[in-house]
Amino acid sequence: MLQIILAIFLGIIMLILAVIAVQNKNVVVAIIAAGAVSLFASVLYLLLAAPDVAMTEAAIGSGLSTIIFFYVLNKIKRQNG
Amino acid sequence: MVKKGFILLILAAMAVIIVGAFAGFTGNTDLGYVANHYASNGASEVGSANLVTAVVVTYRGLDTLGEVTILFLSAAIVGFFLKVENTDNKDRKLKYVSEILNTASQVLVPIIILFGVYVFINGHLSPGGGFQGGAILASGFVLMFIAQPKKEISHKMVTILESISGVSFVLLGVAGIIFASGFLDNTILSLGKFGTLFSAGAIPIIYIFVGLKVGSELTSIALSLKENQNEA
Repeated sequence: MLQIILAIFLGIIMLILAVIAVQNKNVVVAIIAAGAVSLFASVLYLLLAAPDVAMTEAAIGSGLSTIIFFYVLNKIKRQNG
Repeated sequence: MVKKGFILLILAAMAVIIVGAFAGFTGNTDLGYVANHYASNGASEVGSANLVTAVVVTYRGLDTLGEVTILFLSAAIVGFFLKVENTDNKDRKLKYVSEILNTASQVLVPIIILFGVYVFINGHLSPGGGFQGGAILASGFVLMFIAQPKKEISHKMVTILESISGVSFVLLGVAGIIFASGFLDNTILSLGKFGTLFSAGAIPIIYIFVGLKVGSELTSIALSLKENQNEA
């Protein structure tokens, strides 16, 4: 029962963060929100007994892709102004 | 206004579909035919304590080769498109990195790399495997790129490591065709005692190569992006 409540709670947080990532005008905030969605998703995978998927999601989804977005953002900013 | 109405209409339609699917959902009580075979014979046929590894490396080894190829392709494309304008690399400004990040990274990077190696060597015993371990390795290196921007890593060495491990992975698969029953068959080495480090035949060796390949590929993507920054 506790697991189900925790899973629903995590899902609601993920939904809120996803809406922030789509709607926010500040790109930095949007990238961090998208990374946080992945972080909560990996916790959710762990709750749903899929530790292999959780590891991949935590390392790639919230770690590497966020950093790569920031690198690209930095490069675009340089070229535009 | 019409556009917003359309979006709401599509959302409502999707909600109806999802609610219908959720209401009609009854969980499976027993495994399907193929899954049942994996679950009951996986331990004796492959000798891997982690059944996910048995499926990913041995039963569905060809799919893993496809994944690795896709990752290789994306790394190659990133390297190709970013290499062209990589000119004024020497005199780029470096942003100030905070003392805390710098010191913490010096402690954390070796531990993260060690953990990544642990994950892919123990892929047949504990959760995780080549892909996960490689991703952890790469995130350790990326932390190092951010926290210690002056430190240089030879891009050529990363590429050579990637090529060697990729070729070894495919050669091990072909060895499975020659010495055992099929591509990436792990029984070319003896299965050993179930649940120990030196067990499951060739799976630890295959996972070491997969881990090194994934790690060096992701590192090389981040490295070519980093080398392309005018200020880091």
